[in-house]
Amino acid sequence: MDLLQLAIKTGIYTLMAGTLVFALGVVMLKNLFHAALSLAAVLIGTAILYLVFHAEFMAAAQILLYVGAVITVIIFAIMLTEHIAERSIIQRNKQSLPALLGVLALLVLIGKVLLKTPWPVNPSTLDARVSVSDLGVALMGAYVFPFEVISILLVGALIGAVVIARKDSRP
Amino acid sequence: MNLIPLNHILIFSLALFGIGIYGILTRRNIIGILISIELVLNAANINLIAFSKTTSLSPETGLVFVLFVIAIAAITVAVGLAIVLALYRSRKTIFADEVHLLKW
Amino acid sequence: MVTADWIYLVPLFPLMAFVVNLLWGARFLKNKAAWVSIAASVAACAVALPICVKVFGGARFSNEFVWLTIGSGTLRFGYLVDPLSASLLSMVTIVGTLIQIYAAGYMAGDPRFSRFFAYVSLFMFAMLTLTIANNFILFFMAWEIMGLCSYLLIGFYFEKTSAAKAGFKAFLTTRVGDVGFLIGMLTLFATLGTLDFSEINSLLTGTSQARLGINTGLLAMSALCIFCGTIGKSAQFPLHVWLPDAMEGPTPVSALIHAATMVAAGVFLIARSFVIFMAVPGTMPVVTTIGCVTAFMAAFIALTQTDIKRILAYSTISQLGYMVTALGMQGLGAGTFHLITHAFFKALLFLAAGSVIHGTHVQDIRQMGGLFKKMPHTALTFIIASLALAGVPPLSGFWSKDEILLTAFASGHSLVFWTLLLTAFMTAFYMFRLVFMTFFGKARDPKVHAHESPALMTLPLWALAVGAILLGIPGSPMTHHWFQRFLAHAIHHPEYHPSTFVMTCSVVAAISGIALAGIIYLKNIHWAEAIAKTFRPLYQLSFNKFYFDEIYSRYIIRPFNAVGAIFFKFDASIIDGAVNGAGTGSLWIGAVKNWIDQHIVDGLVNFMGTFTRLLNSIVKRLQTGFVQNYLLIAFLSFLVFIIWELKLI
Repeated sequence: MDLLQLAIKTGIYTLMAGTLVFALGVVMLKNLFHAALSLAAVLIGTAILYLVFHAEFMAAAQILLYVGAVITVIIFAIMLTEHIAERSIIQRNKQSLPALLGVLALLVLIGKVLLKTPWPVNPSTLDARVSVSDLGVALMGAYVFPFEVISILLVGALIGAVVIARKDSRP
Repeated sequence: MNLIPLNHILIFSLALFGIGIYGILTRRNIIGILISIELVLNAANINLIAFSKTTSLSPETGLVFVLFVIAIAAITVAVGLAIVLALYRSRKTIFADEVHLLKW
Repeated sequence: MVTADWIYLVPLFPLMAFVVNLLWGARFLKNKAAWVSIAASVAACAVALPICVKVFGGARFSNEFVWLTIGSGTLRFGYLVDPLSASLLSMVTIVGTLIQIYAAGYMAGDPRFSRFFAYVSLFMFAMLTLTIANNFILFFMAWEIMGLCSYLLIGFYFEKTSAAKAGFKAFLTTRVGDVGFLIGMLTLFATLGTLDFSEINSLLTGTSQARLGINTGLLAMSALCIFCGTIGKSAQFPLHVWLPDAMEGPTPVSALIHAATMVAAGVFLIARSFVIFMAVPGTMPVVTTIGCVTAFMAAFIALTQTDIKRILAYSTISQLGYMVTALGMQGLGAGTFHLITHAFFKALLFLAAGSVIHGTHVQDIRQMGGLFKKMPHTALTFIIASLALAGVPPLSGFWSKDEILLTAFASGHSLVFWTLLLTAFMTAFYMFRLVFMTFFGKARDPKVHAHESPALMTLPLWALAVGAILLGIPGSPMTHHWFQRFLAHAIHHPEYHPSTFVMTCSVVAAISGIALAGIIYLKNIHWAEAIAKTFRPLYQLSFNKFYFDEIYSRYIIRPFNAVGAIFFKFDASIIDGAVNGAGTGSLWIGAVKNWIDQHIVDGLVNFMGTFTRLLNSIVKRLQTGFVQNYLLIAFLSFLVFIIWELKLI
């Protein structure tokens, strides 16, 4: 294998490791704001990974939606609900040990299954490049129903969120 | 895609998923739980992309699904945060272990 | 026209009168109850007499119907109208009707008027059934009903203790006889296999082959036991003690039941079972002896009695003794003839005595006297009847008594003959003692004011008087003993030619008795006292009725009462003990059950509750209220699930 590919491979592995590190940061950092920022880093890392997969549109959508909108909303909420300066509050609750063990067990188990399974890799798919127009055609053609359902869901969520978070100003 | 075998990606997403689960179960702050949920959904997304690029017969299916998942994640965050706000206003707390009205 | 099957109506009419009087008499009929009974009686008469006339002409009727079928045996009831029952039937219906007409007048004003007539109708029903019964069972049933009626009617004035006791005594004494009768019936059934009169007749007469296989010992025992029934019912020695006390009942009752009909039923029983007695001739002397002793003893007692009805009662016992003696000497015709004539003049005597009592309101003859002018009808009929009873020709009593004396003389029972002759003398004497003391002489008690009875009472007296005079003719030599020959068509028995010696003896006995009574009680009444003082022991024996009541009371009744008391005490203690024991046992069981209920059942229920709460305290810790706990549990369960399903371990 030539040097370029090796370099690229190394880079991708590094990316993956960094993302995992930041993910650990998300769950362990005491400061919630830092945790939110770690989440942003994870999301960006995932977006770059998408690029590796030749899913450029997805990467773009991820950045726009996730990092742009979701993280923003989360930071807003953090700002609204907490003293950011507090550092002494423990962020882990009492069931950290069973949870850890369970998660490790999950990793081991599913990992084993995963490694044993002979995934039917389809070479033609490997080479296929999905363009945005293809995506658009699929979205409006074969998957128009879920699309509509999602839009209804969005509307519902919007209204729901507004209703829940409204200040009760009635006497 | 030929660069990295499928298994590695899957393990990576599995690890992300496990971390996310650990976060959901462990975090005291409710917003922390929401963030962990985002991690989990993200791991699912990576899986989807990986599979749609390697084993599926119609590559755009996975991508469309991913779009929907992102949309759902956004919805989750929105409604969840609305609940957090409402909870903060009534109980003055955002820690999950202080909210135990369902206790026997 | 009246056919033989109408005979079922004869007992049925009085039965309907009984029911009517019983149900509606007290409230609706009151004084008209008598007419119901009399109408029923007359109707019975009207049906019975034409049938009897046919039988007198030589016919004979019988019929039966099956009443009950038990296994292979059947219980059949029916009627048998042969010469014997026809004679009795005609007598009972006529005398019964006349007495009921008399009673309508005698009992007027009594508060229980309708009940009296109900009982009398029931009695008539029983007596008529008994007369025409064709088997022993029906006979016995009617016999028992008559006993019941006797008890009810003797104790009619039950407010008087003496009347109630007398009824009781009558019932129990006849019961003793009835037990013997029942045993006799059962033995008879065991011996012969049937209780039907006609069948018994055919079995025991003639030289049939079946006769040879019959156990004569058992047959004799059955005959004697059946005779026990007669001893009880017809007041023979030693069960005669109830009849004098039975005079506590109203006088029509005494006339009907204890003179004319019921007591005659005992004699009728012997007549009906005559073939049985003839088949075992060894039993006859027993019958004769008892009859003879009874006749003499009763006449002896009657000599000294002072109550008008008691004298008549002992006279009845004596005459019944005559009839039984006659039957004992195989004189079926003589006995039955005397039965019929006696019914008429004895009923007349009682009714007339009742008229005297009704008029003077006293019963002791020492308080009466000179009633002839004040109560002519009563006196005349009474004297006619007394003459008939004494045996003065040409009245009926003479012919029938003569027949009995003739049977005694001609069959060789000389001791019996002379005893009966002496008894006839005594009979004449005490009857006319009664007549002279009551109707003649001066009134002894100035407080007694007599008056004649109403026509309702005197007309039956005259009707009976006619019978008393004329009924002797059918059995007398003038008709060549038509009656005896008439009876002989059914049952064969020896006949005797009339003997002038016997006739003379009986007339002499009667006249001398009357004369002696006249001498003493009309002219020289102080002689009576003198004779009584001279023969003091005999007088005492006679006056105290041979002390029978006292002997029975001390040696029989009191021991039985003592035994009864012992049984009663035993019964009370055991049964009461058992009942109390049951009560205590129930209480104890209740206490145990209570304990079980409280501790075990409630304990179980409480345990369920406690156990559930215990489980609850363990399980509820699952609901912590922390969502993350729930999530953890869900996650771990999911892990377990996939391990299990995917069989990774």
